[in-house]
Amino acid sequence: MIFRVFAREELKKLFDAMASKNKIVGPVEIARDHNGKPLFAFNEVNSFNDIKLDYTTTKLSAKKYFLPYKEDLAAFRMDENDWQKKVDYNISEPFIFFGLHACDINALNKLDKVLMGSVYPMPYYAAKRKNMFIVGIDCTPQPYCFCRSMGADTALHGFDMFITDIGEKYFVEILSDTAFNFLKNIRTAEPIEADHIHYMKVASEKNKKFTAHVDTTDLTKILDMEFQSDVWKQWGEKCLACGSCSKACPTCYCYGVEETVDINLRGAKKTKKLYSCNLIDFAEVAGGHNFRPERHVRLKYRYYHKHRGFVEAYEESLCVGCGRCGEACLANITVPEVIASVRGEEN
Amino acid sequence: MDAGLVRTYLGVPLYRPKVAFFEFSSCEGCQLQLLNNESSLLDFLALVDVVNFREAMKEKADDYEIAFVEGSITRSDEAERLKDIRSKAKVLVALGSCACFGGVNQLKNRFSLDWVKKEVYGNSPVETEPVRPLGDVVRVDLKIFGCPVKKEEVEKIVTNIAVGKAVAHPKYPVCTECKANENICLFDLGEPCLGPITRGGCDSWCPNSRFGCWGCRGPAEDANVEQLKKIMKEYGFSEDTILDRLECFGGFSAFADTLRKSGEKNKGTSA
Repeated sequence: MIFRVFAREELKKLFDAMASKNKIVGPVEIARDHNGKPLFAFNEVNSFNDIKLDYTTTKLSAKKYFLPYKEDLAAFRMDENDWQKKVDYNISEPFIFFGLHACDINALNKLDKVLMGSVYPMPYYAAKRKNMFIVGIDCTPQPYCFCRSMGADTALHGFDMFITDIGEKYFVEILSDTAFNFLKNIRTAEPIEADHIHYMKVASEKNKKFTAHVDTTDLTKILDMEFQSDVWKQWGEKCLACGSCSKACPTCYCYGVEETVDINLRGAKKTKKLYSCNLIDFAEVAGGHNFRPERHVRLKYRYYHKHRGFVEAYEESLCVGCGRCGEACLANITVPEVIASVRGEEN
Repeated sequence: MDAGLVRTYLGVPLYRPKVAFFEFSSCEGCQLQLLNNESSLLDFLALVDVVNFREAMKEKADDYEIAFVEGSITRSDEAERLKDIRSKAKVLVALGSCACFGGVNQLKNRFSLDWVKKEVYGNSPVETEPVRPLGDVVRVDLKIFGCPVKKEEVEKIVTNIAVGKAVAHPKYPVCTECKANENICLFDLGEPCLGPITRGGCDSWCPNSRFGCWGCRGPAEDANVEQLKKIMKEYGFSEDTILDRLECFGGFSAFADTLRKSGEKNKGTSA
């Protein structure tokens, strides 16, 4: 692993070097909430000043750039007695994520396993994933962050460079030759002993700031045992079945496909839309039978996929502990509270 | 009827049903929605043979298969006319919130008819009844929700009917589409919104413009109204704010009635 350090004012130069030839997506402030708190989102940025690198958490994850909420998988052109199909993976140029937190990088690593690691990779995802360059940035744990419990508070791979603010300097970890070459545009130096000490201090300070936790000890077994637990019904009573949790989640990838015919009958489209297992008809099949008509059963299914099924398949949870689902939920259903209740603990 | 207009789909000529449009007590805005997008109007007319559409043409015929009916029923002669339409149409479609739920018109049902007549017509009273949705008078085969209906949705439904695809409404609430549109949640901005309980399909039309949902499409299929009432309270909105929205279009009438009665009871005990 290659480490470098650079002075604070060099960061803008690095951004400018990247932005001169590339599309950049980064965290920006989009509004203030009714308490005056800033709300963040990932958007395309043109100027370093628009980026908020000290952002807390974006309300929605960055997934619209690799798993769009709505995406045309194919377009059809229909002539008199014939038709033609056109497939577009919907990416026209490579792009740079400037300022992803460790949880969101880990989310991409998990999605890679499902969408690129299987026998049938999803080309729409792969095309975007292979064309992204990622600059990670360190963060400050928020009251809803439990990434440390999920082992997602640091990213080991899946990015090109990762920047940590260590006070007077930035400490950068380099994982790709593209990143190494980008850094030639600015003045960097080998870290000295004092930089290492500053880095370790920042890391240990960060660890002290986590307040939300999820106990994952034996969780797959406990979820199995508590399949019929009444706590699911209590959470189901609160659930609005609106799917906001899945929409905010960086790893929820379930979707539906709809085929529509243009009103002029000359064209048609096959469109993929991200769906949620909390929506009423998620498990409705042809003929109208619904395997999960009850809210609490659907809510439970989402937790079982994240914290049990995925763990059994990949030996890691599908949850990165970013806390977005709980923040998006108007009914205040949060992962730490749900898991604690299943374990019979007060959170 | 111009035979040259008949469309083919993958080489197969499509059956072009005769359709008629009618309105009862309403603003006729839903019908206007269908007319005000000129770019697709001719394609729309190629799929169906419109034989009766007062807002768009002067010809009138009673020979139709599909009747699109806008508005609610507020007079006895309207009920008779609707029954006549039903007897002639193979398929009757309720077009818009008034036809589906009574719409804004049904707000008058909260008051005594005498008071309503006096308030609106003064000394020249006219006959009026409590507002009823079409389904309370005749059998309705398909409901198209919204105040107004969304033109794209109606066009999709008509296209699906023409090519023989099933017509299905979203069962999920507005939030599902609102999040996909990356809107800021109106609750975060301190605004009330019925998005979590209202049927989607409108592509979160109002929240896209930072305007909270008023529930014009009626309840989603698993609407958790009780929970939303609690949430509205936590966010500091009064019961009247919730009630105003729940009763505005009539889709939530059962919930609104319960809430209104409990509110009156509470006021009674505190007085």
